[in-house]
Amino acid sequence: MYLALLISPLLGAIFSGFLGFALGGKGSSIIATCSVLFSFLCSLVAFYEVGFCGDTCHITLFSWTSSSLFNINWGFLYDPVTCVMLIVVTSISTLVHLYSTSYMDSDPHLSRFVSYLSFFTFFMLILVTGDNFMQLFLGWEGVGVSSYLLINFWFTRIQANKSAIKAMVVNRVGDFGLALGIALIFYTFKTLDYTVIFASAPYFCTQDFYFPFLGFQVSRIDLIGFLLFIGSMGKSAQIGLHTWLPDAMEGPTPVSALIHAATMVTAGVFLIVRCSPLFELMNWASNFVILIGALTAFFAASTGLVQNDLKRVIAYSTCSQLGYMIFSCGLSNYSAAFFHLTNHAFFKALLFLGAGAIIHSISDEQDMRRMGSFVRNSPYVYSCMTLGSLALMGFPYLSGFYSKDVIIETSYNSFFVDASFSFVLGLLAAFCTAFYSFRLSYLTFLNKPAGFKHTFSNFHETSSTMVFVLSVLCVGSMFSGFVLKDIFVGMGSDFWSNSIYLDPNHRVPFTDYEYIPTSIKLIPIFCGLSGASLSTLFLHFYFNKKIPQEFINSFEGSIYFKLYKLVVNFLGERWYFDKVYNNFVAKPLLNFGYYVSLNTLDKGAIEIVGPYGASYIVPRISKQLSILQSGYIYDYASKVLLGLVLVTLPTGFVYTLLMIW
Amino acid sequence: MISADISTVLPEILLAVYAMIALVAGVYTGKDKVAPTILFLTAAVMVVLAAMIGLSGGGTTSAFNGAFIDDGFARFAKVTILLAAAAVLVMSKDYMLRRDLLRFEYPVLVALASVGMMMMVSAGDLMSLYMGLELQSLSLYVVASLRRDSAKSTEAGLKYFVLGALSSGMLLYGASLTYGFAGTTVFSGIISSVGEDGMSMGLLFGLIFLITGFAFKVSAVPFHMWTPDVYEGSPTPVTAFFATAPKMAAMGLFARVMFDAFGTSTAEWGQVIALLSLLSMFLGAVAAIGQTNIKRLMAYSSIAHMGYALMGLASGTEQGVEAMLLYMAIYVTMSVGTFAFILSMEKDGQPVTDIASLNMLSKSHLPKALALLVLMFSLAGVPPMVGFFGKLAVLQAAVEAGYGWLALAGVVASVIGAFYYLRIVYYMFFGDEDKAGIDGTMSPVLWVFLMGSAAIMVVGMVNLFGVDGLAAAAAQTLVN
Repeated sequence: MYLALLISPLLGAIFSGFLGFALGGKGSSIIATCSVLFSFLCSLVAFYEVGFCGDTCHITLFSWTSSSLFNINWGFLYDPVTCVMLIVVTSISTLVHLYSTSYMDSDPHLSRFVSYLSFFTFFMLILVTGDNFMQLFLGWEGVGVSSYLLINFWFTRIQANKSAIKAMVVNRVGDFGLALGIALIFYTFKTLDYTVIFASAPYFCTQDFYFPFLGFQVSRIDLIGFLLFIGSMGKSAQIGLHTWLPDAMEGPTPVSALIHAATMVTAGVFLIVRCSPLFELMNWASNFVILIGALTAFFAASTGLVQNDLKRVIAYSTCSQLGYMIFSCGLSNYSAAFFHLTNHAFFKALLFLGAGAIIHSISDEQDMRRMGSFVRNSPYVYSCMTLGSLALMGFPYLSGFYSKDVIIETSYNSFFVDASFSFVLGLLAAFCTAFYSFRLSYLTFLNKPAGFKHTFSNFHETSSTMVFVLSVLCVGSMFSGFVLKDIFVGMGSDFWSNSIYLDPNHRVPFTDYEYIPTSIKLIPIFCGLSGASLSTLFLHFYFNKKIPQEFINSFEGSIYFKLYKLVVNFLGERWYFDKVYNNFVAKPLLNFGYYVSLNTLDKGAIEIVGPYGASYIVPRISKQLSILQSGYIYDYASKVLLGLVLVTLPTGFVYTLLMIW
Repeated sequence: MISADISTVLPEILLAVYAMIALVAGVYTGKDKVAPTILFLTAAVMVVLAAMIGLSGGGTTSAFNGAFIDDGFARFAKVTILLAAAAVLVMSKDYMLRRDLLRFEYPVLVALASVGMMMMVSAGDLMSLYMGLELQSLSLYVVASLRRDSAKSTEAGLKYFVLGALSSGMLLYGASLTYGFAGTTVFSGIISSVGEDGMSMGLLFGLIFLITGFAFKVSAVPFHMWTPDVYEGSPTPVTAFFATAPKMAAMGLFARVMFDAFGTSTAEWGQVIALLSLLSMFLGAVAAIGQTNIKRLMAYSSIAHMGYALMGLASGTEQGVEAMLLYMAIYVTMSVGTFAFILSMEKDGQPVTDIASLNMLSKSHLPKALALLVLMFSLAGVPPMVGFFGKLAVLQAAVEAGYGWLALAGVVASVIGAFYYLRIVYYMFFGDEDKAGIDGTMSPVLWVFLMGSAAIMVVGMVNLFGVDGLAAAAAQTLVN
């Protein structure tokens, strides 16, 4: 069963992909959906056996590579962390498969689409089940490829091509870090098996194993963790390497829901949780993790405030939520991060699929400024989206409430400067989250109609399949937090057993967050509610012209307006990350590639010295040599004698020199 | 004593006696009418002798006070020579018969040349060396001008003769210098006259002149001038003969003298031979590109291949000799197949030698085109074919012996050389159909040789038919 759940999506991908021409779109999507559904059912059993019965399962199949010390086995490790991921991945994947059959039903390449989706699911499962870093890396790259293929699914669109390439290239940076980290792990531990590495990690913390890095002597574990975290940053779109995620929204919406919200982007978080025995031993690198996570949470949420593309808002929201998870990991609260990961998967998939339903209904319009009043056209989708938004902003007793508040409380409760930093930024991000969620909701559903007439006249009803999928996700978004709270982060829960390691010397234990004053505990909720109400009120007044004209006039004349414009531009330009990358990184590299390596080397020196030069000069030499072949005996004879001189000369010369010497 | 000597040289004596009997018999019977019979008989005798030599068992014996040596190296070379000569004889029958060239002297001369070659590779003394060399050369001069009514053929014979005489002169000068400074003509004596502090200057010059003479025989640059003209002018079967057995013999002789007589001074002659090798590889590769006549092309090709064989010799190691022998055996096999095809190149009954006539051969005669493709790839040294392993062996030997630069140059030259082999393939498979030239008919004998040779090139990659092992054994007897 443990292996069947792995192989089933692969078989689904192969059948629907290679036999798609015979099965047709419908047939292949049924096959692919069933294969993933089967995987989900198996995962449920695995979750019960491993998670609740505490029966960790470790399967070693056979050798993959064996080269002196470098031995890699195909091994699969099913511990609670893996099983939670299995549930998340297979459940969302099943729903997205189902959703796609309806969403993409008019697409002639439906079979290719579901094949890619199953292919992705397979690699995601490989990633989470591997028992060594090599297998993790295989899955890591496999999901990267699937992501590329799916972003680029409509490959005739230049924007899709560009986004896919961007996702690939930006992820190269992260993957390079991960690969270096794995190499350093092998260099240090001489193995890539989790069990061995995690068991022997404390031994390598001592000064004897410090390692030179950028001119400093750093602890190896710190360096390993840092490099692995670079990999996480790429996959989980943390600040600096996040630029690909918003652009990845060029792919079909189900892809955004599955890969770029619920599963693949959480691989970075999974990596950190999986490596908790290493991350627990780090010193400065965990500060770095907290810093990056908190910054991402705030940065993405603030950017989300002013985006106009429906899917991009949700993408920045994803980015911001990933930031929460990451800094929670940095604060050693891995279980909360994982809890948030699970909840986030449900409500973010819900948001994306709801947005997809709208986009599908109005024929691929994504700009929120051209929407409005859809609450009348599709009230059901509106309710789902609102529910998702509420869950996201942490409305009491919905799923996000349980996990996000735990994370924020952790940051309050950890008495370090970086923790306080993350606390403040986390609160700000919570405020922004609520703000943009309700802005999204207002612009799309509640506002007066702002689109073209045909947008509304061609509005078509959401299909029952989509409605079913959304309903399931609604249930998840409502109850996952409540149901899983005590299991995942409850006091004294032994659900995670050994799969998450906490070092008592590393950070202050969390047992005392029950003792946080209620006033502090209420701050996040207050942030969320105030953000939501401010956003709704402001937009309502603005669009209904309720703001007095003289107030607007006086505001536009004041210095605050300039500041306001500055901030909005700054956020609208996404903190100028793309601009800086394009102008100062991509452009010089492109120029180098074109002028130096292409024009000067490849097409220049190498071709002149190589093929072109040779094909130019060799026939000419050949012709000269033919002239040498005069056909006259006397000529030949004299050349033979010349040759004799040529052969004798060096020998005689050397010999004479030797004589003189 | 004498009976032991006789038994050592028995194969040579048998072949020589057979040649004389055949000559007399031919004269007194039907003359040219019995030529086919004599031809096949000669080939059969050669094959039998090859078998006899090949199966005669190991051991090194010398006869006539060291003037004649029968060892593994000599036997390897002799078997190759006899089989190549027999193959060429069988292949040439149809061609010569159709052009009224089949004189009964032809097989006799080939047999005598073979005796000379066998003497060469077994020589243990400068005298016997020269005797074998001249016996071979004189026979070859005659067969080169076999077609007396063709200006080209006679010119080829004359050129070969005059230049051959020049080279013989240099060789003899070198031999006399060697004799003068070493005091003996027996190789074992020469080698023992080289003292601890190296060769005397006179001996060194003797060595260089000897090398010059041999280089002429193996047509190494810069002593190659005769090769393209003689190859082009001679009747094609004779060219095929030139390209195979004599090359092996000259190479064998070269190695024999270098190791038996000057084996302690590998550094001295290694440099000179490396130079010859370098020049041969590059000239052979570059000059062939301008050729349109396939026989001239094969002449340059053989120059280049001799360069590679010399690379093995220049290494001056056992591995080098093994590589050289292996290379020569492979080269001879490839040449037999290629010339089998060239012999069949006809248009309206007339032989054609223009490579443009091969255009789109694949369309009309796919199996033949494929066989030739395999041979060309093998000649160029494209990896899966056997030709590649020959090149690999000499390159390895050169690198091991510290001639890395030479190996590198060899690789570059082989890339350049690949151009003209591939051009033939290009013509056959992607050429211009309007220029299609040859009839493509082929006698069964030639077909068998072509296909057999191509098949060896492909199948041989499995284990080279064990030739590498035999070559290794042969090299061991020479170097130690």
